[in-house]
Amino acid sequence: MTLRVNDLKVYYQTLRGDVRALDGVTFDLADGEIMGLAGESGCGKTTLGKSMIRLDSRMRHVGGTIELNGKDVPIADDDAMVPLRYREISLIPQYAMSALNPTRKIGRMVNELLRARGVRPADIADELNRRLELVGLDTDVLNRFPIELSGGMKQRVVMVISTLLDPSLLIADEVTSALDVSTQRAVAESMVEFRDRGYVKSMIFVTHDISLVYQMADTIMVMYAGHIVEKAPAATIINEPKHPYTQMLIGALPEVGSTMVQGRLEGIPGTPPGLLNPPTGCRFKDRCPMAFSKCSEQPPLVEIEPGHWAACWKTG
Amino acid sequence: MWRYIGRKLFVYLLTFIVAVTINWMIPRFMPGDPVQSMLSRAQVSDPEALEAMTSYYENLFGLNAPLYEQYLNFWAGLLRGDLGISVMRYPEPVTDIILGAVPYTLALLLPAILLSWVVGNRFGAFAARSKILDNTVLPVGYILTATPYMWLALLLAWSLGIVAGIFPASGGYSFSLRPEFSWLFISDLISHWFLPFLSMFLVALGGWAIGMRNMIIYELEADYANYLQALGAPRKLIRRYAFRNAMLPQITGLAVQLGTIIAGSLLTEIVFNYPGLGSLILDSLNNRDFFLLQGVFLFVVVGVLIANFIIDIVYVLIDPRTRVQMTGGSS
Ligand SMILES: Nc1ncnc2c1ncn2[C@@H]1O[C@H](COP(=O)(O)OP(=O)(O)OP(=O)(O)O)[C@@H](O)[C@H]1O
Ligand code: SF4
Ligand SMILES: [Mg+2]
Repeated sequence: MTLRVNDLKVYYQTLRGDVRALDGVTFDLADGEIMGLAGESGCGKTTLGKSMIRLDSRMRHVGGTIELNGKDVPIADDDAMVPLRYREISLIPQYAMSALNPTRKIGRMVNELLRARGVRPADIADELNRRLELVGLDTDVLNRFPIELSGGMKQRVVMVISTLLDPSLLIADEVTSALDVSTQRAVAESMVEFRDRGYVKSMIFVTHDISLVYQMADTIMVMYAGHIVEKAPAATIINEPKHPYTQMLIGALPEVGSTMVQGRLEGIPGTPPGLLNPPTGCRFKDRCPMAFSKCSEQPPLVEIEPGHWAACWKTG
Repeated sequence: MWRYIGRKLFVYLLTFIVAVTINWMIPRFMPGDPVQSMLSRAQVSDPEALEAMTSYYENLFGLNAPLYEQYLNFWAGLLRGDLGISVMRYPEPVTDIILGAVPYTLALLLPAILLSWVVGNRFGAFAARSKILDNTVLPVGYILTATPYMWLALLLAWSLGIVAGIFPASGGYSFSLRPEFSWLFISDLISHWFLPFLSMFLVALGGWAIGMRNMIIYELEADYANYLQALGAPRKLIRRYAFRNAMLPQITGLAVQLGTIIAGSLLTEIVFNYPGLGSLILDSLNNRDFFLLQGVFLFVVVGVLIANFIIDIVYVLIDPRTRVQMTGGSS
């Protein structure tokens, strides 16, 4: 078991109070697993990814633990996290298009980053070139400034940089959202390739696009308003979702599993609750057609069949 | 790159031509007879000189020649460095008077601009990373930028010049001395230079410090800084990037500010009675010496244009974003 997240709570501190963006999140990620992470905008996907590598100044670790390869990940201790960053846990940020310093040539920036992390750039130069070619880039991009690259090229450069030290866990946050359909496929395929070649052990692939993630991920986890609602093998989530939210999400897809259709998460009536003062009980109950009296208590996340977890009183 | 420089040069040339033309028009399209009013105001006592000057200027204006010819003559004179003869200090050529004043202005301007820019950026960058410093630099900076220049200059002249008597508050050097290359004269020159310099330096300092502080804080929050931090890059590296990127707008800021700084230096010279171009403008206005005024304006315009051009080129050399746009190397 590479990653084990247990009852993780991370809040944003704001002037109006705590935004409970992760409110008790529990899941496991196996060696070699690519897990798609889906859910409506604002449900806490990016927050979950960031929590595993670096809390920003407004984020506060309120409770819960993360374990990677049997060792505790001290997410609240910024200095203690440094050795893990990049080498064990790495990130392709949601803002990958602007993740590169605009005034440095890419190659020079990479070298400076590597040297700062105690790696001799010369030792890794061949590998860097090989991987750039693997994702379909000319190694000449290293002599260019970020502004000279297209969005898709920048996305791929960041992908190569982030995985250069072969981390155990990679968090890929919406790497395909800003790309056109064919580039999306190419990027998604290279991500799988990276896993297959062992450049990264396991991966959390955050996305809005369930039909894309269905084709590349082993498992899919669905979040709703700071909670996990369901996690199961990709095919199970698509074909036999158990949680009402997942069912509506899948039902909202125009044509499940078809390759060219971009499934966007929309079409469920109502909006998710605010996370500043979230309602008690099941957070989906206001929009859930099956809600009943028991739903005013929070449903626990239980394993309803091997490898299939759901948090709903109706499925338990 | 060269195309860009060429384009810029063209724009500057155009600006120059327009400035010269406006300058040429001022005395010519003034109501009344500018020569007569100028000479009568100038109170030239020697009748011989008055007559010589009257005929000289009438001739210069060439009032009977067609306008375009007058205009071309003006350019021809300009290109030969001939800006006419001063009324106020007849028969000294305007060019000589200006060249005599320029060193004083430059000696004030260059150190004040550059030092305030360098020191301000340093302080601002420090402030961005230390709370204690931030709590002192920021208020002091705001006070300095908010203080009206006149007020600050007078305060300095009064406190350090008149009350404490450490530095002379007026003039370029003591009346008792003659310009020469001696220790006595040079130290006298420096002590006269100090107060006007300090006032300009202080006024500009606050703005640069605040600007730099805000830019660095902004850069440290930028996406690339967050990405590097997520990959465990040390603060040192991120700060270095942030500092460099924050410098870029400061350089543009310098270019934008140059015009106002030069105007500021004119004010300084007037307050401290410092013998540079600013005092010259005041004197020539008082004496209705249009040709001197014209010459000084031209000089100032050329100075601003050259300074802006230099900064334009520096900016291109250091910011890859503009560089890329210009060379069209994007794919
Ligand atoms: N800096 C912040 N301060 C306060 N609240 C925040 C902050 N960043 C995010 N949030 C809140 O935390 C919640 C989760 O945000 P997060 O960015 O994790 O969503 P997401 O699932 O990644 O959404 P998207 O799909 O739009 O990227 C949202 O409700 C958001 O309003
Ligand atoms: S717990 Fe109740 S409200 Fe929540 S999803 Fe299940 S049925 Fe709907
Ligand atoms: Mg997000």
